[in-house]
Amino acid sequence: MPSLKALRGRIASVKSTQKITSAMKMVAASKLRRAQTQADAARPYAQRMERMLASLAANVAGRSTAPKLIAGTGRDKIHLLIPVTGDRGLAGAFNSNVGRLTRNIARRLESEGKTVKIFAVGRKGRDYLRREFPDNIVGDVNFVGRKTIAFSDAVGIAARITAWLDAGEIDVCTVIYNRFQSIISQVPTEMQLIPLPVPTEAAGASLSYDFEPDEDAILAPLLPQNLAVQIYRAQLDNAVGFYGSQMTAMDNATRNAGDMIKRLTLNYNRARQANITRELIEIISGAEAV
Amino acid sequence: MPIDLEIVSPEKLLLSQPVDMVVIPAAEGDMGVLVDHAPFVVLLRGGVVRLYQGDVVTDRLFVSGGFAEVTPQRVTLLADEAIPLAEVSRGEAERRLAAAQAAYDTAGKLDVPEEDAAIARIQSAQAMLEAAQAA
Repeated sequence: MPSLKALRGRIASVKSTQKITSAMKMVAASKLRRAQTQADAARPYAQRMERMLASLAANVAGRSTAPKLIAGTGRDKIHLLIPVTGDRGLAGAFNSNVGRLTRNIARRLESEGKTVKIFAVGRKGRDYLRREFPDNIVGDVNFVGRKTIAFSDAVGIAARITAWLDAGEIDVCTVIYNRFQSIISQVPTEMQLIPLPVPTEAAGASLSYDFEPDEDAILAPLLPQNLAVQIYRAQLDNAVGFYGSQMTAMDNATRNAGDMIKRLTLNYNRARQANITRELIEIISGAEAV
Repeated sequence: MPIDLEIVSPEKLLLSQPVDMVVIPAAEGDMGVLVDHAPFVVLLRGGVVRLYQGDVVTDRLFVSGGFAEVTPQRVTLLADEAIPLAEVSRGEAERRLAAAQAAYDTAGKLDVPEEDAAIARIQSAQAMLEAAQAA
């Protein structure tokens, strides 16, 4: 049995760990609220854009002159994977879930003879994949030290993707991110961006629009914008999910620390009582011997 | 009968209110929209959106570009950026105009989409400058 002093030390150390995890939980909760507000604010634009795109894409998709962003390059050789993860850890399996899904997809594609390129958004995803696919990573961005994600960040990422597509360096582009379901549940999801799966219109709900100037002129700026919006949405979902998952992880850690403190305190009291009993026995047997 | 107007930017919903008429800066000329307008999807140029109640302009906003969706009951502006006219800064407009001009000068003259994008930026910046002067 460890000495009283050692036990006291361990209790003190677990207590300070508990303080840290519970503070981190509260910080995550407040950041979660901010991220959620931001994600809610971005939703109307994404919804309207999707509706507009659905009515446009249906007109254009069948044509042979459809823009590359909708139709792809016509090949299926080089896949770009974009894992979106947090920049920090201590969030349970949040980051590694995306990492693992990306790795599985990359392995599957490679076994089919496709070329895989990886563009990592978020530091943790890059770190996870760097070990296994050092030569496949074509770039990465992270937002360490930034409070919120701006739409211009997503525009920057979208511009790089478009440039690769135009240069013929990629054929297919897929984003892998944690789709936000609820604070305690995020689902690692793959979302294909190029070629764009044509959104199906809700039957009967759609109007037949007139276009000005014409479909192609509207699509030309709309498609890159849509790409950015989708990436922005993935980033926001990632931010919300990350803080949600960090909050859960820190809540668990705080609770575990509490259990540990209870167990250690019990041990400590037992040891203390054993000492007292032993001393009593020594005194009594000493007195009897006299 | 008023028509519902919504102005959204990628980052948030900026404005949602019923108006009697709204004039939007469409790519091929300003467009006044009243209730029961035919469904339209239009490209926006940089310019000023005017909100009308009756015959009175109640609000003016500068949009730098984007798209608009018009349905009989609703107008939705997907603006890249929308600023109330009073807050449009002249210095910012001049800075953008210079940047756009530079982008135009460096754009490969054979690269038509790039050149078009640069021209659109110049137009948007000029409209912003005019908006700043009008405010």
